[in-house]
Amino acid sequence: MSSSAIHGVLARYEDPASLIHAAEKVRDAGYKNFDCHSPFPIHGMDDAMGLKRSPMGWIVGAMAITGGTIGLALQWWTSTIDYPIIISGKPHFSFQAYIFVTFALAVLFSAIGASIGMLMVNRLPRLHHPVFYSDSFKKASDDGFFISVLSDDPKFDKAETGNFLRSIGGNDIEVLEG
Amino acid sequence: MKSSEAYVEEPLLGGTQTFGSISSSVSKIAEQKVGPLWYAAITASGSLTLLLFVSIGYLVWEGVGIWGLNNPVSWGWAIINFVFWVGIGHAGTLISAILFLLRQKWRTSINRFAEAMTLFAVSCALIFPGIHVGRMWVAYYLFPLPNQMSMWPNFRSPLLWDVFAVGTYFTVSLLFWYVGLIPDLATMRDRAKTKLRKFVLGIFSVGWRGGNRQWKHYELAYLILAGVSTPLVLSVHSVVATDFAVSILPGWHTTIFPPYFVAGAIFSGFAMVMTLAIIVRKIFHVEDLITVRHLERMNKIMLLTGMMVGYAYSMEFFIAWYSGNIYEQFVFINRATGPYAWAYWTMITCNVVVPQLFWFKKLRNHIVVMFIASILINVGMWFERFVIVVSSLANDFLPSSWDYYSPTFWDISTFVGSFGLFFTLFLLFVRFVPIIAMSEVKGVLPEADPHHGAHHAEKGGAHE
Repeated sequence: MSSSAIHGVLARYEDPASLIHAAEKVRDAGYKNFDCHSPFPIHGMDDAMGLKRSPMGWIVGAMAITGGTIGLALQWWTSTIDYPIIISGKPHFSFQAYIFVTFALAVLFSAIGASIGMLMVNRLPRLHHPVFYSDSFKKASDDGFFISVLSDDPKFDKAETGNFLRSIGGNDIEVLEG
Repeated sequence: MKSSEAYVEEPLLGGTQTFGSISSSVSKIAEQKVGPLWYAAITASGSLTLLLFVSIGYLVWEGVGIWGLNNPVSWGWAIINFVFWVGIGHAGTLISAILFLLRQKWRTSINRFAEAMTLFAVSCALIFPGIHVGRMWVAYYLFPLPNQMSMWPNFRSPLLWDVFAVGTYFTVSLLFWYVGLIPDLATMRDRAKTKLRKFVLGIFSVGWRGGNRQWKHYELAYLILAGVSTPLVLSVHSVVATDFAVSILPGWHTTIFPPYFVAGAIFSGFAMVMTLAIIVRKIFHVEDLITVRHLERMNKIMLLTGMMVGYAYSMEFFIAWYSGNIYEQFVFINRATGPYAWAYWTMITCNVVVPQLFWFKKLRNHIVVMFIASILINVGMWFERFVIVVSSLANDFLPSSWDYYSPTFWDISTFVGSFGLFFTLFLLFVRFVPIIAMSEVKGVLPEADPHHGAHHAEKGGAHE
């Protein structure tokens, strides 16, 4: 890597309340590519940052329908097309008995969709990220609350953004470079 | 929560907790050098695991004849142990999924290791149907795989549903557990000192940054996982119950089985969580995170589910009488007075009488009492499955075919060995993985509420 490209600015806040108020101000100042890091999710932060609702529901919904369809189709095809055989006098397509496997596959696909989908929407695994240039950022998973503004934000300016984050209560302003 | 302003909620955690103190007291457990106690424990459980593998090896070599199965009792300890272990797993999912949906904040201290317990219990459970099929090298017949006979499994059979139920259950539990672990692994990654720990934890924490853009998806994904796990867990033991209920054997052929099995599963699972929680909080000094208040709430659930199980026992008797079916009547009278009466009354004592202790607040809060009770309940729940499986098979319609069933050495060694596997996995878990969901416990601290300062004067433990 080139010795010191500037990737963004990081500021630390004292507690969830000051983080959420700062997030509102960053949003109102027109920043787009910023994030609020905290050791646990903070209620109301989505609104404070101006984020839309997560699309996870749609992803999982589609996966559930896929799984259920595969489950039912598998049972229908094996018992009526591929090897029709009468078992205990029941119709080939005994759909009442096929409900459970259909349901189980719908759940299985939903759970895979929810976990893998969550990682994909979050662009994870991503082991390398500008915020990790900061040593104090280690606190973000312990008891630290941070706002990061990345340099590809159209409003980003190394000095001005840092001053702005300080003016809304940020401490230990750090430029992310590496 | 305007309506409850007069009610000051007791703080869940003991001592003075901060976000930092939670990180350190939980992470420390997996970071510190383990003491001789851990090595002694894993030596013991590892030896039992070896016993399990030896027992399975001998079973493969010799066949299911090494077990005590006889002509009427062709389903013995293997299925009892399977139902026992799957049942234990259910409490983990109940705590992690159902209590999550019900917004029960006290679950946060116990959900991680309850979920781990689920995984390990289901792993133990999965062994038994795998090995009890006799010719286990064709166990793949269970799955809908194209094969040389071009035949498919019978999808009308609950035994086949069971394959899907338990397989799905294991996978979903694993995913749910791992998704819950990601933020905590990131906490441990950021605390890591050695290169190896940084590397391994870095990989498993997938580069989690705790940004709200990630939390947003994470929270919804977690909610959905809880949402899909809830009907799944209720269905898994219902399907296990239908394995029995769709047969025509008196004592099995009852419609009460699915809800009765689910209640029993939760009952036994909570007892196992209790046993493990008491040991873990003592050994690792997390009494302030897993407090007596958590344990008391689990005791209340055990009292409730114990009563449900007791209701099911009496309802089975009532229906046997009310149905006018003499075979059904015989089976239940035979259970209570016949050759397996000793097992039946062990079951009643442990499952119905013992939980009644928890009516008393003093006993509900007494560690020694609840520890002993939790072990007795698990003994009782094992005997419940024994009574159901064996007494119905041993004395069926035709007295000339009756026989008394008793286990052999290999039955016992396989079962004891499965405990070895369970505890080995659990010991490895407490050694390497954060045993308490740190990010979730932090989230229920009063300080985690962004409006904490504003409401502070009104109520002690501000929640929501």
